[in-house]
Amino acid sequence: MAGINASAAPATVSPGLSIRGLRLEIRNGKSIKTILKGIDVEVPAGRITGLAGESGSGKTMTAMAVCGLLPDGSVTSGDAIFEGQNLLDLSPRRMNALRGRKISMIFQDPTASLHPMISIGGQLTDHMRHHMKYGKAEAHHRAVELLTMVEVPRPEEALRKFPHQFSGGQLQRIAIAIALACNPSVLLADEPTTALDVTVQAGVLRLLRRLCDDLGIAILLVTHDLGVMSALADTIAVMRNGEVVETGNRFQVITSPKHPYTKALIDALPTHEAIMVDDDDE
Amino acid sequence: MTNETPAGDGAEEILAVNDITVTYRRPGRSLLTAVDGVSLSLRRSEVLGLVGESGCGKSTTARAVCGLEPLTSGSVLFNGEPVSPLSMKRRPKHLLGIQMVFQNPYASLNPRRRIGSQIEDGLGLNRQRDAWNVNELLEKVGLHPSDRDKYPHQFSGGQRQRIAIARAIGTGPDLLIGDEPIASLDASLQQRVAALMRDLAIQAGSGLLFISHDLAIVRTIADRVAVMNRGIIEEEGPVDTVWRHPTSAYARRLLAAIPVADGLGKLPGLPTRRQN
Repeated sequence: MAGINASAAPATVSPGLSIRGLRLEIRNGKSIKTILKGIDVEVPAGRITGLAGESGSGKTMTAMAVCGLLPDGSVTSGDAIFEGQNLLDLSPRRMNALRGRKISMIFQDPTASLHPMISIGGQLTDHMRHHMKYGKAEAHHRAVELLTMVEVPRPEEALRKFPHQFSGGQLQRIAIAIALACNPSVLLADEPTTALDVTVQAGVLRLLRRLCDDLGIAILLVTHDLGVMSALADTIAVMRNGEVVETGNRFQVITSPKHPYTKALIDALPTHEAIMVDDDDE
Repeated sequence: MTNETPAGDGAEEILAVNDITVTYRRPGRSLLTAVDGVSLSLRRSEVLGLVGESGCGKSTTARAVCGLEPLTSGSVLFNGEPVSPLSMKRRPKHLLGIQMVFQNPYASLNPRRRIGSQIEDGLGLNRQRDAWNVNELLEKVGLHPSDRDKYPHQFSGGQRQRIAIARAIGTGPDLLIGDEPIASLDASLQQRVAALMRDLAIQAGSGLLFISHDLAIVRTIADRVAVMNRGIIEEEGPVDTVWRHPTSAYARRLLAAIPVADGLGKLPGLPTRRQN
C-alpha cells in the first residue's frame, strides 16, 4: 500500500469482471448491424486486461456495453458478470447505482469528458455525495486526498478552478481522480492516454499501474497503441470485426502472436530500437 | 513557380523561416515569447515533421509561417517572397500556394454547403486548371464520387478531415501545412490520414510541414524532423538520425518516453528523469 491511502475501507472482496459470449446488435429501422459477435474476456481484480484492435473492431463498444452506455436501438445478449449479477440485465436504475460507484470509466479526451462550467471541486464531489452519502466537508476532504493521489499540484487550489485552467495531462489526472472517488472495483479506460503528450503519457501510465497494484482494481484498458499495451497490460485480447481473435499474456501476444491478424498488427509497427537511453539508470 | 522539379536533394527550397520570434502580451502580466528564434527550411516533395509537447510553440510557428500571427522579429520567405500578414484585404496571389489543414474538421468545413462545391472552391485556385477534378480527389482520399452531393454532417470525423485534405490538395499548393491534422481523429485512424497527407503532398510536388505531438506517427511519414521545446528548436535532422542518435538532452528524454512494444511491460521513462 506504499504511498496510497485508500481512505474508506478497501473493498472487502475486490471482484473482477467476466464477459462471456457478449453479442451486440444495433437496429435502426429495418437495418440490423452486428457489432459484437460473442466476446469472451476475463478482467480479474488487480490486473490490467488490454483490448487491442483497429478502428471499428468493437473494442470501445465492448467497454460501453459493460457500463450500459450504448446508443439507441442496441440489443445485447450474453453475460457480463460482476459480483454475481449480469450487468446486461440490470434495470437502468440499478445500473445507475453501479456506474461511477463500483464501475467507473475514463475516456480519451478529458476536455470533452469534464464539464467546462462546473468547478473541479463540484465535479469531483458530486457523485461522492450521491453514491457514498458523504457530507460536504467529508467529500471535500476526500477530493483533496484524491487529487494528491493522482499528483495534481496544489489540490486545495485546484478544486476551485475550472477545466480550462488545466493542461490536458492534468485534466486526465483529474478525470482519473473522479473515476476513483467511490473506490470502484472495475475501471474501464478507453484510450486514456491517446490525447496526451508522450512525457505526460508516461506519468499517467505509471499512475494507472500503481493504482492497479496498490488498490487491486480490475482495469480494462482499451487502446490501439501496442506500445502502451505492452507497457501496461498483463493480458491482451486482440479484437477484429467484433470478435476476439487472440488472447494471451502480454509477452506471448507481442513477441510470438499466434493469429495472423495479430502478427500483421505487430509487423506494421515501426521498429523502435532507439530507446538506448532508458535501460541502465533506474 | 511553374518549375516541376522532381523530388530529391536538388529540389528547390519553397519555404525559408529565418530566426522568427513571436511574442504575446498576456493580460496583466509579462510578455510571453511563444516562438524564440526559430529557423526552418522546406523543399518540394519533402515532409518536415515538427514535434514537441503541448505549449512548446509549434502551432504558433505554423500560424506565423502562413501569416496568421504577426512576427516580432525575423522573416518568412515563401518561394523567395516574404509572407505578409493576413489582413482584410485580398490575399496576394502568390501566397495562395500556402494551404493549411487544421486540427478540427468540424470547424473548417462549411456545414451548409455540399462538399463537392467546397472542393471546387479549392480547384478554382489551381493554376493548372485540369490538374484534378472533384471525383478524382474524392477517390484519392478514399471516398466515393457520389459523396460530392452530401453535406459535412453526413460524414465521420476522419472522413471530414479527408475532405479538408482533398480541398487543400485541389488548390495545387506549393506548401501544405498540417497543424495537428490528426489530433481530433479516432486513434486508430490517425496513421491512415497522416500517410494519406504525405502521399498526396509528394504526388503533387508540394512541401508538407506536419505538426503533431504524436512522435510515432511523425516518424513514419516525415523525411526530416524538428524537435521543439519552449519556443526553440532543440534538434533538427533526418528522421532516422534523430530517432537513433538524438543529441540534445530534451530529444532523448522525449524519445525515451515512447512506450516500446516489446512485451516486457516496461513503463516508459519519466519526464523529469535526467539523462547522463
